[in-house]
Amino acid sequence: MCRLLREKGPAFVGETAVTPADAARHPARSPPARFCYKPRVATPPTSGAFGPYGGRFVAETLVPALDELSAALDGIVATPAFQRELDGWLADYVGRPTPLGDASRFARTVDPTGEALGALWLKREDLCHTGAHKINNALGQVLLATKMGKRRIIAETGAGQHGVATATAAALFGLSCDVYMGAVDVARQAPNVARMELLGARVIPVETGSRTLKDAMNEALRDWVTHVDGTYYCVGSAAGPHPYPTLVAQLQRVIGVEARAQSLARGGLPDAVVACIGGGSNAIGMFGAFLGDEAVALYGVEAAGDGVDTPRHAATLTRGRVGVLHGSKSYVLCDDDGQIAEAHSISAGLDYPGVGPQHAWLKDTGRATYLVATDAEALAAVRAVARTEGILIALETAHAFARVGDVARLEAARRGRPVTVALCVSGRGDKDLSTLLAEEPHHVAS
Amino acid sequence: MSRLEATFAALRARGQKALVAYLCVGDPDVATSIELACVAAEAGADVLELGVPFSDPTADGPAIARASERALAHGASLARTIEAARAVRARSDVPIVLFGYYNPILVRGEARVVAEAQAAGIDALLVVDLPPEEGAELRAAARAAGIDVVALLTPTSGPERVRRAASGASGFVYYVSVAGVTGAADTGALALAAEQAAAVRAATGLPVVVGFGIDGPAKARVAAGLESAGEGADGVVVGTALVRAIEDAPDDDARRAAVGTRIAALRAALDAPHS
Repeated sequence: MCRLLREKGPAFVGETAVTPADAARHPARSPPARFCYKPRVATPPTSGAFGPYGGRFVAETLVPALDELSAALDGIVATPAFQRELDGWLADYVGRPTPLGDASRFARTVDPTGEALGALWLKREDLCHTGAHKINNALGQVLLATKMGKRRIIAETGAGQHGVATATAAALFGLSCDVYMGAVDVARQAPNVARMELLGARVIPVETGSRTLKDAMNEALRDWVTHVDGTYYCVGSAAGPHPYPTLVAQLQRVIGVEARAQSLARGGLPDAVVACIGGGSNAIGMFGAFLGDEAVALYGVEAAGDGVDTPRHAATLTRGRVGVLHGSKSYVLCDDDGQIAEAHSISAGLDYPGVGPQHAWLKDTGRATYLVATDAEALAAVRAVARTEGILIALETAHAFARVGDVARLEAARRGRPVTVALCVSGRGDKDLSTLLAEEPHHVAS
Repeated sequence: MSRLEATFAALRARGQKALVAYLCVGDPDVATSIELACVAAEAGADVLELGVPFSDPTADGPAIARASERALAHGASLARTIEAARAVRARSDVPIVLFGYYNPILVRGEARVVAEAQAAGIDALLVVDLPPEEGAELRAAARAAGIDVVALLTPTSGPERVRRAASGASGFVYYVSVAGVTGAADTGALALAAEQAAAVRAATGLPVVVGFGIDGPAKARVAAGLESAGEGADGVVVGTALVRAIEDAPDDDARRAAVGTRIAALRAALDAPHS
């Protein structure tokens, strides 16, 4: 099937309608109504896509390319034809909808009596093709790139999950793909580097700065500014200059839309929704459909690394200040001189000193609450989830699991009854084996 | 009349092209940067761009990115760059442009930075990642203080972008010769940029200098429009070539000599007759 699709790849270029071949492939591809998500396209001409946050703080060279992308959001992504085609790929290729499963054994380890955490539901994005939610966004953006006539995809990656997802989508549609990855991350996420290369992408190690995700994004921006005509920059998180935060949130929105419908099918909405946050794409995807449900509390969990009172953490919303990084105004980790700090997290995907601008706004407005979990807590959560649920979660996701008990106690106290929590399992942990073995060889092997 | 206006008017009256020199302040250290800036002015630079080192210089190529990293490692900062400007101002009347990225200015406080820049004798701000749609507060504060905000235009800027940039800009326009990062441009791109610069001047009424990729006298002449028909640009910016020379020199004496020699050669090339 893939071979056939690759050969068809170039035929998609410049088309905005479903091709006859596609229509034949997906004869009745309209997903059930409850899984339809309507894009909400906002294209303000200036800063302030999310309250005072967002904007386009980029070199002039890139502004026309961002204008082109904004126009494509309205003119391509918003069309029923594009949505139908994307829904087809999400169903047949990504494996959506992903399940909303029950994690009762883990719940009992966190809260043995069940007085606070009545139920824990897991939205299983780890079961997506390529093993993380990143494919929802990468597939959507690469599909969009083909409609925009772009032949080359670039991306930045931290943990490598977005890189793998982008390399996968580029392979599927027959586009060339270069992925920038910090040299530190190349070393600690070796399996994902190998996967990207197998998928035909070129992985370019970045040796500048802290040699992690932020530096990979710097390098991707330099590449884009140099090859802006034929290259599509597939941003991996809900960050970057407008319209990327909006586009990524829109493509990840499917997570929460499904989870909400699945919750209702189980009898009601959860009391709280929890997700880990680096740049914040799985969180914004999970939160999106629940934003209007005032009774549903939203919790993001940032990476506290060695602890937020040490210099080694990535808790941008918790300990950062308002600043500009990678094209948008949001919270950032930086010093008094405005120099961006080197973040630290054991999870490469959260090891980023910025955060998407919508999360900054959700924090300021109080709609979402942001907590932290340390490296050690994340490691413990990986082990606990593996042994109680038989799921090897990503280190990123583990931060969310580490705070489930606290979230449940807070919400149970507020509501005076045990609560139901829905957690986004953003990705699976196979990629982290070398880190796990290096950190706690004894425990992992035992 | 501001220093920048006076400088461009005088150059125009003499039929000369402006030579704008960029240095990354703090590379190798702030005191040496002050020396090198004065050497550049004495050797014939008409305008100085004092670069504020930044941790994430996404618009810069490897040479300036390395200089920025070295400068930060040696304790440079926005505050110390403004102090360096004050020291240069004490010794020279050359127009000074504070050149950098937005986050250090935002974090320090826009009004505060403008006030400090004014007190230090800085004439203009050039903020690489602040397109005309952003930074209204900074622009207003600068305007009130009589500090110019330099606009960047590039080969990707259509007529609408040129108009928009012109509406908020003053001092001069920096025309980026190529879609890319600092340090990269071939002769063809520079020749085209010289033509574009003349068109941008006609549209904005501001002097236009061409930068990115001017590594020596030959390319400087092409970028200024001295090797082709037409009026060309009002001047050229040399940055990466100076930063590389500073990086390659073994000591401060060699750095002073390298900057002086390069600026003098560029000055001579720009002053030689239109071919």
